[in-house]
Amino acid sequence: MGDFKLMKGNEAVAEAAIRAGCDGYFGYPITPQSEVIEYLMAQQPEKRTGMVVLQAESETASINMLYGGAGAGKRVMTTSSSPGISLMAEGISYMAGAELPCLLMNVVRGGPGLGTIQPSQCDYFQTVKGGGHGDYRMFVIAPASVQEMSDFVKIGFDMAFKYRNPAMILSDGVIGQMMEKVELFDPIPRRTDAEVIAECPWATTGKTPDRERNIITSLDLDSLKQEEHVMHLKAKYEAMQKEVMFENIMTDDAEYIYVAYGSSARICQKAVDMARAEGIKVGLLRPITLYPFPEAELLRLASQVKGMLAVEMSLGQMVEDVRLAVRGKIKVEHYGRVGGMIHSPSQVLEALKSQIIGG
Amino acid sequence: MADVTLDVWKDIITPENQVYRRTPVMTMKELSYCPGCGHGTAHRMLAEVIEEMGIQSETIGIAPVGCSVLAYEFLNFDMQQAAHGRAPALATAIKRLWPNRYVFTYQGDGDLAAIGTAETIHACNRGENIVIIFVNNGIYGMTGGQMAPTTLPGMKTSTSPYGREAILMGNPLRITELVAALPGTYYVSRHSVHKPGNVRKLKKAIRIAFENQKENKGVSFIEVVSNCNSGWKMTPVKSNEWMEENMFPFYPLGDIKVDGKLVREL
Repeated sequence: MGDFKLMKGNEAVAEAAIRAGCDGYFGYPITPQSEVIEYLMAQQPEKRTGMVVLQAESETASINMLYGGAGAGKRVMTTSSSPGISLMAEGISYMAGAELPCLLMNVVRGGPGLGTIQPSQCDYFQTVKGGGHGDYRMFVIAPASVQEMSDFVKIGFDMAFKYRNPAMILSDGVIGQMMEKVELFDPIPRRTDAEVIAECPWATTGKTPDRERNIITSLDLDSLKQEEHVMHLKAKYEAMQKEVMFENIMTDDAEYIYVAYGSSARICQKAVDMARAEGIKVGLLRPITLYPFPEAELLRLASQVKGMLAVEMSLGQMVEDVRLAVRGKIKVEHYGRVGGMIHSPSQVLEALKSQIIGG
Repeated sequence: MADVTLDVWKDIITPENQVYRRTPVMTMKELSYCPGCGHGTAHRMLAEVIEEMGIQSETIGIAPVGCSVLAYEFLNFDMQQAAHGRAPALATAIKRLWPNRYVFTYQGDGDLAAIGTAETIHACNRGENIVIIFVNNGIYGMTGGQMAPTTLPGMKTSTSPYGREAILMGNPLRITELVAALPGTYYVSRHSVHKPGNVRKLKKAIRIAFENQKENKGVSFIEVVSNCNSGWKMTPVKSNEWMEENMFPFYPLGDIKVDGKLVREL
């Protein structure tokens, strides 16, 4: 029998962190994700597993605590919301440059600026295209349910360590705040110090006489070496492409499809049902990973369907990647509410009719 | 140079007569610091303490952004290079996740007292069990001699070419006195490396700092007032004189806080 609980998405992430053998959580409160650190503090994970939880003085400090902890081989994570992630951008770039694994989550709220505390998906560019300076990518995974909030913590840590790179759960205020049934996975014990040293021979765990000193840095003043390093990062990002995850919902006979992730995918699922009831053959392609992006699957669908509508709570960000993927074969448009407003299934259906079917 | 062979010196170069040797806690890499700079001496004292305590395999150091960004090239133990100003945040996490390791940061004045002020203050206020070595030469050395938070009034730098004017550019920050006022600091002391006696005092202070960490006492914070002859545009000798005449009155040497108690007025 599984361990079932009714939880908020943010709480599920916090519980999953403890169960995933996380060594340290460092965070700073910001709406709509403060439940993560509140849940952790209430759970006293230092007693459950020995996990360290610390409320930092800022998001800047949080991400740099992750840099230190990850550089020392530990499984570390932080969570924040849009403005906080902007503050972390420098540190994320450093971690990608220094090849440090960590798990991040952005429970996205409407921007720009202080914006609103209501849900949004307006940080796609920031997350998938960079955010910080320099050529780097993150593994990005977008949950559409509380269950996935829990499950993706484990996947995120695995990917971060597999590629020695930051991994990001790109959530939003809907998924973070809503309550659903979740089946919690069995706890994975935290690694012992000896296991950390064995798993991370590159980490600063203390220079024993049997090895050279380990250095964690993103700096190389020799441009030729720096170029080699960036090309090495590129090779990692290329290797990461095989980790792509997506979900097809009623796409087999579809003439039109929605492309949507996270809470927009949930809304589109309802719109698919409504359209089918009217006799319109609509499906949904839900990218689960946003980096890597399901380009090949979209290209395949482009030869089958007449048009695609990218639905996201933004002015149109992911839609650019959908257009790139289909290489101009079919019409691709965008629909989405912004500023913390959430589109309804009927609005999404109307948009399909006016922008794609009739447009 | 006299034409001497080792043979001539064989009776003199003996273990009993040895007064100086390389510490294995420093690498063979040639220091990249300007001739006359104090960083190399400060590095060496740190390395000697780590050697003498036998903690090379348990030490994790953090290099800043600034002239000592490449400290990890010279120090022979595990090190991380931090984003500008964030070394105390790294140190916080490393020490909490590896409580049986010795963790220290090595930071300059721009790094620690300007861009990293928040990380410095909060790591000190939380009483993180770490050592902070703060090298203050009153200038941004690596970027070419710009004004630092610790630049003295009237001092000329490339961004205060007519001298620092407090009313427009602010006053120099005595961040060491500031952190001494926080309950999380256990040992706060200010030193220099311009004379042998001062070098010996610094080494003693570094030893105290690492012994404090061994006993989980909280933050040990050591400032090294140093010269920057290149940035100050002086000869090394002249820069040391200038430092004695101008820096020391504003940044007086000696202990400020010992065993968690202030030993002089802030």
